[in-house]
Amino acid sequence: MAQGSYYVPATSKWPIIGSVGLFILVSGFAKWMNGSDLGPWMAAIGASVVIAMMFGWFADVIRESEAGMYSNQVGGSFRQGMIWFIFSEVMFFAAFFGALFYARIFAVPWIGGEGTGVMTNELLYPGYLPVWPTNGPENLGGDFKTIGAFELPMINTLILLISGVTITAAHVALKKLKRNALIFWMAATVSLGALFLCLQMFEYVHAYQDLGLTLGSGIYGSTFFMLTGFHGLHVTVGSIMLIVITLRCVRGHFEPKNHFAFEATAWYWHFVDVVWLVLFVFVYVL
Amino acid sequence: MTATTAHDDHHHAAPKGISRWLTTTNHKEIGTLYLVFSLAMFLVGGAMALVIRAELFAPGLHLVNPEFFNQMTTMHALVMIFGAVMPAFVGLANWMVPLMVGAPDMALPRMNNWSFWILPFAFLILLSTLFMPSGAPASGWTLYPPLSLQGGNSFAFVIFAIHLMGISSIMGAINIIATILNMRAPGMSLLRMPMFVWNWLITAFLLIAVMPVLAGAVTMLLTDRFFGTSFFDAAGGGDPVMYQHIFWFFGHPEVYIMILPAFGIISEIIPTFSRKALFGYTSMVYATASIAFLSFIVWAHHMFTVGMPLGGALFFMYATMIIAVPTGIKVFNWVATMWRGSMTFETPMLFALGFVILFTIGGLSGVMLAIVPTDFQYHDTYFVVAHFHYVLVTGAIFAIMAAVYYWIPKWTGYMYDERLGKIHFWWSTISVNVLFFPQHYLGLAGMPRRIPDYAVQFAEFNLISSIGGFAFGFGQLLFVWIVIKCVRGGKQAEARVWDGARGLEWTVPSPAPLHTFDTPPVVTENTEHSAYLQR
Ligand SMILES: [Cu+2]
Repeated sequence: MAQGSYYVPATSKWPIIGSVGLFILVSGFAKWMNGSDLGPWMAAIGASVVIAMMFGWFADVIRESEAGMYSNQVGGSFRQGMIWFIFSEVMFFAAFFGALFYARIFAVPWIGGEGTGVMTNELLYPGYLPVWPTNGPENLGGDFKTIGAFELPMINTLILLISGVTITAAHVALKKLKRNALIFWMAATVSLGALFLCLQMFEYVHAYQDLGLTLGSGIYGSTFFMLTGFHGLHVTVGSIMLIVITLRCVRGHFEPKNHFAFEATAWYWHFVDVVWLVLFVFVYVL
Repeated sequence: MTATTAHDDHHHAAPKGISRWLTTTNHKEIGTLYLVFSLAMFLVGGAMALVIRAELFAPGLHLVNPEFFNQMTTMHALVMIFGAVMPAFVGLANWMVPLMVGAPDMALPRMNNWSFWILPFAFLILLSTLFMPSGAPASGWTLYPPLSLQGGNSFAFVIFAIHLMGISSIMGAINIIATILNMRAPGMSLLRMPMFVWNWLITAFLLIAVMPVLAGAVTMLLTDRFFGTSFFDAAGGGDPVMYQHIFWFFGHPEVYIMILPAFGIISEIIPTFSRKALFGYTSMVYATASIAFLSFIVWAHHMFTVGMPLGGALFFMYATMIIAVPTGIKVFNWVATMWRGSMTFETPMLFALGFVILFTIGGLSGVMLAIVPTDFQYHDTYFVVAHFHYVLVTGAIFAIMAAVYYWIPKWTGYMYDERLGKIHFWWSTISVNVLFFPQHYLGLAGMPRRIPDYAVQFAEFNLISSIGGFAFGFGQLLFVWIVIKCVRGGKQAEARVWDGARGLEWTVPSPAPLHTFDTPPVVTENTEHSAYLQR
């Protein structure tokens, strides 16, 4: 192996800028929640710093990559980094799915008097019938209806599944170096992502305005909105990644054998896709 | 070779002063930052512990009000776990893993910088809550609802501080895994890796698996408090016990995150000072992997008295007790490594031996706690406090001390003061037992944890414990002095600091130059480098 073939970057100012940005961002959030007028402004400033940092940092990486500074081994490190990052995201969702399963299998039936919960039910919530969906024995948030699985959610499922196909088509086009097809399929994927987000937004408005289903609708509202909400956030991040990749494709970046950023984005997109499928089954259908 | 040119530029362009530390991408400098930060937090958390021990010196309320006392127990735990122990291990990994696997640096050097520099800001937020009108969080580090939700303004700050610590840990762990899997020198197969590297590989996996779960749990707390969700509110169909399940699904692997790297350190030190190969290398690897696996299926042993179906209690009891098997294998292997070795007792070895004996005591009291019927008696008493301080102080912290004495000549190029090191060891070992051993009796006699005042029959043991606490706490200033002295000078250290030491880190000069292994070494069956396994 050649001397120093692994690229160890020179010092970088981006991480410390990112840390300061995160610090301002979360302090702002915390102040905001405590009702301080300063909070939203701090959060906005912090968020801008973090976004600027990401631009700068990624620009450095892209420049280095395009200059051919990265050996295959560097690519290996990036791949490892992305795989384990996605794994950490999986575990983040696992916590919320865990909450959903625990509530449905244990907590709600116990409040309803199942097993050793007889006296709990008798003394605290007599007459409460534990049927899912529920907003609990105290009917938190008032009566609500749920969103039918085979209406909008089904369409959204199809949209995400198709977007998984289009991004694969883009990958194939990239490997064959058909730039126009590549850009076409990338644009299609971005559009499908955007369409998904629009429909999801529409669904939220529908839930709040017509169905009486809100974040405060007991455990159903909590798990429904936190799971779909965090998923939507991830689709948003994924869509931004897709847009960046598309723009890079337009600029002529990536080669058939060297396109880690493309692959990482595709992995992330498939991850978002799979989370949705699990979500569709356990949140909407069952 | 563009790569080579860029690389060479970098050797000359290092900025000076504070911006060097703010922008560095060098694993040795970042390792140093982690270790210095950890030492600072160790002293901060230690000061909080002394407030606790001072209040408990005698029955009655003397020094602080109960609310502040609760803030101290909560903050002491958060600072020691996330500020002292975990960063110390990440710092050691930063310094040693690239040297031990023959890599030029960590796999993702810029992210390495970021994962460190998030930490000081996270702790700035956490410690700032002490000065808020509502005071710091006082619900215990586990932040159980509904109590934690009733805290003041500090609550939101604590949640976000934990988020930042989590982000830092996850990035640190990703970097360590990527380094170990992708940056090993040619010929260093997985089963030729030093034990410290093996244990960190598995620890990093645990970190990536459970830190996001903690993030999820505290996010639910945040939304329950501020956004009207009812994850932990029975009125809405949620359950406060659910928080405990999610928290301890993180919490139990977390305690192994704090002990597996320690096992790795001990597995490096004992062979060196016994001048023998590690006994049962492969079984050590499998034992570590089994402990990691089991750590995911034992969490509810923290919740026996909360109530769960009988089948659940039995499962978690037996699963927990099974952990004693792989742990026992490790202790056996350490002892067997020493058997008929030509042993010497320099400070690192003393701390390692102290670890083996005292950690085993902590492990055995853990088995007692695992047994459901007896746990009903011990739960939330000082017995639990004694148990986890034996595994964390005489376990994790002793291993970190051992590691510092073992590798500091490699870092500074100077030998530490051996006489002072030995004094530090004996002072710490005696005082730490005076501090924590009586707490077993306090717990068995029924003294609850997390209280500022207690019945008079507990007076004597508390008095003894507090004396031990102050002796141990101030004794650590000696450690700080030994480190400072070693940084400033001393006897020149050789490349192979310890004559019995094997492994790639001893083939580079002391102090290790800023850039090592630009050209990776080749490891084969017969090179000295692999003599780790057969010596
Ligand atoms: Cu545990």
